[in-house]
Amino acid sequence: MSGMEQPGIIRRRLLLGVPLVLLAAAGGGWAMMLERMQQGEFDPHSLPSQLIGRRVPDFTLPGLTGAGFTGADLQNPKQPMLVNFFASWCVPCLQEAGVLGEIAKGGLPIWGIAYKDAPDATRAFLAQNGNPYARIAMDRPGRVAINWGVYGVPETYFIDGGGIVRWRYAGALTDAVVQRDLAPLLARAEKSAS
Amino acid sequence: MRNNQRARPFAGHRKNLRSLGLLLLCLMVSIGTARAVSDPTELLANPAQEARAEAIGQQLRCLVCQNESIEDSSADLARDIRTIIRQQVVAGRSNQQIIGYMVQRYGTFILLKPPFNGLTALLWGTPVIALLLGLGIAFGAHWQRRRRPQPGPAPLSEAERVRLESLLRS
Repeated sequence: MSGMEQPGIIRRRLLLGVPLVLLAAAGGGWAMMLERMQQGEFDPHSLPSQLIGRRVPDFTLPGLTGAGFTGADLQNPKQPMLVNFFASWCVPCLQEAGVLGEIAKGGLPIWGIAYKDAPDATRAFLAQNGNPYARIAMDRPGRVAINWGVYGVPETYFIDGGGIVRWRYAGALTDAVVQRDLAPLLARAEKSAS
Repeated sequence: MRNNQRARPFAGHRKNLRSLGLLLLCLMVSIGTARAVSDPTELLANPAQEARAEAIGQQLRCLVCQNESIEDSSADLARDIRTIIRQQVVAGRSNQQIIGYMVQRYGTFILLKPPFNGLTALLWGTPVIALLLGLGIAFGAHWQRRRRPQPGPAPLSEAERVRLESLLRS
């Protein structure tokens, strides 16, 4: 009898360990997810842009002071560029203002689209936080933004020299994001241009 | 994100309430259909068209709150999308066309009910897989027990036999 019982007991004890191992694995996965969220590598709320690999949709928007711009301007750009949806009422836009300024200084043109913003408020925002934009258009009704699949401000799109959208970032740009995502894209764009 | 729990018109007109239960039921129904639509001018005049627009909005996810439908959300973007849906309903576009318009811009994420495709096969299949797995384990254990019957109780030792006999005798 005892000869048959022993292996059974050992097997049962091993089976008891299975939930513990599963729990440890789940905990490890959870910790990894939190770590990646903290590093900004993973955002559970972000959703992929439908524009990646395509040209931007047609639109015509008025400018802040002078002329605005159209979809055609972005579908056939003269060089790689960024398009940044922003608003004076948007706190993360304030946070990324410095980063955008640095990018513009580095020579990559940034065109801004002010989302649901009053021109006076936009002007005051730019006067206070610096104006990194080569050109600015006003999307007061927010319909162009919906056509782009924008679901909040700020959102930043990278358009390569061929007019194809290669990257979209939803949220405030940080130096880390620029280093991780934008720098390789720029390097690739320069390589294909030369 | 629901900051204006406005019961819908006509939802509360119940005369001759027979029991508290019915009252509670009505309350639940009116709460369940409360809409974030705060502006009556947002609603279409044609009830059939409005019903269609609401049915479409209820299938679409609010991209700001991400766990509410476009119809339930009071977010700005949700209101804009509600307006676009109504404009397209009035323009005579089909439900499928309107939903397709949204999916084209925001991807299948905007659908509260994900479509069945290669990417979501596991998601949709999980209940079936779990059921089959459970049945497999249950039947497996059952067959194993039948194939290898548990040995009966061990025969009594000499001391036990003596004690049993004394018990039976007393």
